[in-house]
Amino acid sequence: MSGAPLTTQAAPTQAASRSARLTHLQRLEAESIHIMRETVAETENPVMLYSIGKDSSVLLHLALKAFAPGRLPFPLMHIDTTWKFKEMIAFRDQRAKELGLDLIVHTNQDGLARGIGPVSHGSEVHTDVMKTQALRQALDKHRFDAAFGGARRDEEASRAKERIVSLRTAQHRWDPKRQRAEPWHLYNMRKKRGESLRVFPLSNWTELDVWLYIEQERIPIVPLYFAKPRPVVEREGQLIMVDDDRLPLNPGETPKDVSVRFRTLGDYPLTGAVESGAATLPEIIGETLAARTSERQGRVIDKDGAGAMERKKQEGYF
Amino acid sequence: MTIHQSPEAFGYDAFLSAHQNKEVLRFITCGSVDDGKSTLIGRLLHDTKQIFDDQVTALQRDSRKHGTQGAEIDLALLVDGLQAEREQGITIDVAYRFFSTDKRSFIVADTPGHEQYTRNMATGASTADVAVILVDARQGLTRQTRRHALLVSLLGIRRVALAVNKMDLVGWSQTRFEELLAAFNAFAAPLGFTEIRAIPLSAKNGDNVVLPGTAAPWYTGTPLLQYLEAVPVRVEEQAAPFRMAVQWVNRPNSDFRGFAGLIASGRVAPGDAVIVEPSGRTSTIARIVTADGDLPHAVEGQSVTLVLADEIDASRGSVIVTADAPMRVTDSLEARLFWAAETELLPGATLLAKIGTVTVNAVVTTIRTRIDPETGNPEPAARLTANDIADVTLTLDRAVAVDAYAANRDTGGFILIDRETTDTAALGLIQADAAAAPVKDMPAEIREKRSGGGFLSKLRWVFGGI
Repeated sequence: MSGAPLTTQAAPTQAASRSARLTHLQRLEAESIHIMRETVAETENPVMLYSIGKDSSVLLHLALKAFAPGRLPFPLMHIDTTWKFKEMIAFRDQRAKELGLDLIVHTNQDGLARGIGPVSHGSEVHTDVMKTQALRQALDKHRFDAAFGGARRDEEASRAKERIVSLRTAQHRWDPKRQRAEPWHLYNMRKKRGESLRVFPLSNWTELDVWLYIEQERIPIVPLYFAKPRPVVEREGQLIMVDDDRLPLNPGETPKDVSVRFRTLGDYPLTGAVESGAATLPEIIGETLAARTSERQGRVIDKDGAGAMERKKQEGYF
Repeated sequence: MTIHQSPEAFGYDAFLSAHQNKEVLRFITCGSVDDGKSTLIGRLLHDTKQIFDDQVTALQRDSRKHGTQGAEIDLALLVDGLQAEREQGITIDVAYRFFSTDKRSFIVADTPGHEQYTRNMATGASTADVAVILVDARQGLTRQTRRHALLVSLLGIRRVALAVNKMDLVGWSQTRFEELLAAFNAFAAPLGFTEIRAIPLSAKNGDNVVLPGTAAPWYTGTPLLQYLEAVPVRVEEQAAPFRMAVQWVNRPNSDFRGFAGLIASGRVAPGDAVIVEPSGRTSTIARIVTADGDLPHAVEGQSVTLVLADEIDASRGSVIVTADAPMRVTDSLEARLFWAAETELLPGATLLAKIGTVTVNAVVTTIRTRIDPETGNPEPAARLTANDIADVTLTLDRAVAVDAYAANRDTGGFILIDRETTDTAALGLIQADAAAAPVKDMPAEIREKRSGGGFLSKLRWVFGGI
């Protein structure tokens, strides 16, 4: 195969400037858009899982780009555990209105009736009932055969080994030992009756890529990602924000205002904040590069023992 | 060596734009079970400061439980993510890892060394620009090394770094290093690599991985990371003719009809003459539409929506290609298969073939030869079992547009899907030698369309794709 030899060191020749090199972010964007279009073309009833966090914001932005000038060809669905930060819910409703989104909000009514919560039942039971079981209920109820999620391979060791298109049994289980080969840009989206797919268009993005892209594309995100004084208590090394009066305070515990931000957003009693003065995107990106802890360090559920995420995923957690 | 300069050093704007303008290199690491692949990746991540404090804490805890390095931190545990892998001390599945330096971002496919996981290695290699092949300096080239070198060569990787690991255990012997390089060069001579870069290193100690080692003054080359920062990326894909498989037709209203897809190779601009394969109809590019506005041109790797000047029939499965280089349109494929299923493949089997964005029924009419995985030599075979590599002939239930894999990885690669289990049963590479299929074998409707273009278009069909 011949052609102008293009090297990274060469001064821009005519040939090189003709085919301007794509940046890492351009390639990531193009790959994600390709994955979304494949899914829409090859599945019957796809849905986008929308968790309101920064990865979901990027996922939504990419989906709008993928199908422009057309409208989004699938609904969004939020699994509401009822323990999200208030600012998250306000942001969700505002974005849905601005963009005219078809948004489904699902809560496990049975769990709600039983009073399941992170404070009373602990993170494992709460996550299982209000997230994992709720997701399975919602997927079954609406008969979705493919669900987009914003998970990234850099987040956690078992996710590093998951395919972009991941098959789930009729019981929504993941079998890490029976994963399909996924060469080139070819995704096998065939499945048997009852089985469904989880599709992860952000698989190859890192936390830094997500922030750089949010900055480049000016993507709106929940204000909780930016530092400002917020009432927090310190528990087992985590700064937990007191978002409402459902968080019982231990004797002698008084919330104090600390300048904090969140690197990741989940249910508020299970998501730790970090002390920070970073109130702008460049400052957040600076902190991300200098960070000494991984972003999931703020997630209590990842610490339910070694292999916790792998086990949760096998049980049908996203 | 500074990996990340501090944001304050030269201002946020310059810093952000440097990061936002970096390009990416995808590479695969392969080697035998104990060559130290996972340790090498762990070392790359660790020495480029991608490992966070909480991960180090978890690593110390896990090293005590599962580590193979005694009291020391076992960097391999950073990469072996599944419980089963930690318990058995081996890598089962392909894992993707990410790190970046000031110069580039990297996506690493870490693939297992065991023979039974060939399909994972093929998956990792299919999108890689470079292969890092590990050799244990004490063991020398093994059956696995030869297998992996052959495999990455078959999958079209042209640039290889031969990482001669555990050099500390052979006293950084130059003679030993040169002996291994000579043996590898001799074996790899027919494999078509454009570059083989050998680097003596110790993944465990870190010499010549990210930072230069001091133990081997005779080695004047660069550490592995510097090689990876400079090696050319996707040169072949950029130089290849324009190809874009249509994924989806975007038709928001009666005034707009755009064909959405990912550009597999080459470059396109409004005004370019194109052919829509496999129908062979011709048109001109009217617009390149994206959410950020129309583009004056687009290149390999971009997801775009093309609007054609004429109202011609195109849909998912069509391929829009430059009029200068049509594709081969055929219902018969000579292909090399990497058989991934646990079940046997016998002649006569019917599977689904997904080629680009089209899925068709494919009958395996003959198994021509099996490829010896170490020598690359053909041998007769009546059936295929898991992880076999073989040349077969497939008959499709309709004609599709293809290129030879050697010319274009994206338009020349396909997967076979088992119709009952829905699993991916094989990876396939289209071979060039079927191009001379006789014209009379063309499906009637295509022959008719093609004949409209006269003698030249017939010639093009016969020789297209060579």
